[in-house]
Amino acid sequence: MDASTIIARRIAQELRDGMLVNLGIGIPTLVANYVPAGLHVFFQSENGLIGTGPVPEEGMRQARLTDAGGRVVTALPGAATFDSATSFGLIRGGHVDMTVLGGLEVDVTGRLANWTIPGKMVPGMGGAMDLVSGARRVVVAMQHTAKGKSKIVSQCRLPLTSVRPVDLVVTELAVIAFPNGRATLLEVAPGVQVADVLAATEAPLIVRDDVHPMPLGSEVPA
Amino acid sequence: MKTIGLGEAASLIPDGASVMIGGFMGVGTPERVIDELVRRGTGNLTVIANDTAMPGVGIGKLIRAGLVRRAIVSHIGLNPETQQQMIAGKTDVELVPQGTLIERIRAGGFGLGGVLTATGVGTVVEKGKATITLDGKTYLVERPLRADFALVSAFAADYLGNLQYALTARNFNPVIAMAADVVIVDAEHIVPTGVIAPDHVMTPAPLVDYLVAH
Repeated sequence: MDASTIIARRIAQELRDGMLVNLGIGIPTLVANYVPAGLHVFFQSENGLIGTGPVPEEGMRQARLTDAGGRVVTALPGAATFDSATSFGLIRGGHVDMTVLGGLEVDVTGRLANWTIPGKMVPGMGGAMDLVSGARRVVVAMQHTAKGKSKIVSQCRLPLTSVRPVDLVVTELAVIAFPNGRATLLEVAPGVQVADVLAATEAPLIVRDDVHPMPLGSEVPA
Repeated sequence: MKTIGLGEAASLIPDGASVMIGGFMGVGTPERVIDELVRRGTGNLTVIANDTAMPGVGIGKLIRAGLVRRAIVSHIGLNPETQQQMIAGKTDVELVPQGTLIERIRAGGFGLGGVLTATGVGTVVEKGKATITLDGKTYLVERPLRADFALVSAFAADYLGNLQYALTARNFNPVIAMAADVVIVDAEHIVPTGVIAPDHVMTPAPLVDYLVAH
């Protein structure tokens, strides 16, 4: 299983029936492929859609129906569309139960940097600052390291997305939470040892006594 | 509301104007009006919009033609030409969190002196802004935005100027229609008054100044 699949399948286990969920671009988008059987989850695209569906079948494109990355998508039965003020009211107002976002760095207290690398990449924050500040639960989906360097760091070097700490970080190696403002190892990926995670992580991690293997749900996507 | 030709609509907008433009990555942007501005070479514009789309698409056409002096947007990541012009000092880019941007526009159109939001507190977005702490929670004071013109893209307009939008092409359009001195609408369909039922009108006719003729 590749890193993205492990991360997406693990995060899908955080979904609950009836949740309103916003998925970012990249690995987060894959979470929609692994919704556990029997759950109905509403997916929001912040450009103004609840009920975002997969890409359309050949010949069924509607150019006015896109996701937040500008891709043409479909709308599922029961979908709703709305303007950007309502969309961000949903986000800031705490109506979005969970958001899943990519990350560049997460610090030892759970603060996320994911929107810019000054001098290299200045895309703009888009909706990321509102999502991290406003969603009820913030889950970061990211590879554990980049070019061999830990992305879970003692202190973010990159500009923060929000001072509000995230709730959960899921990588291809581990699941980390931030109780009492301290990075804490909760789970390891199948075949990964606690020592492997510690060796790959710059930030000091509290290791719980009950660290256990990540649940990844069923093999076959629902 | 007055119906006018495309050329006349674009001629209302002078060099140096501030212009709010609907659209999200080019979806819900009045392309015909943009094309006409490019043809006329209306420049030195301040553009207030969600993003600058992609090179050669929607607002990206204004960028490519070098007509944008200042852009107040949330995202330029899909348009490297905007980034190049920003780095070259040809276009000033003010990056605003998307939820804050739409609320600043809403405040401008709804007669509010600004909005308080926790988004951006403790980040680079806070720089130069006042903060207020209420009931133990800190907010940024974000000022309202208005513009000389709003360029709105609608799915349908009736003969009076009532508007309806379609799917995710709604985005910034109904909000900017409240926040500019002159509102110019390009609608995909022009329909008899009454075709859009009262409950389905998303922008009421009195907000619309000009409808671009088909």
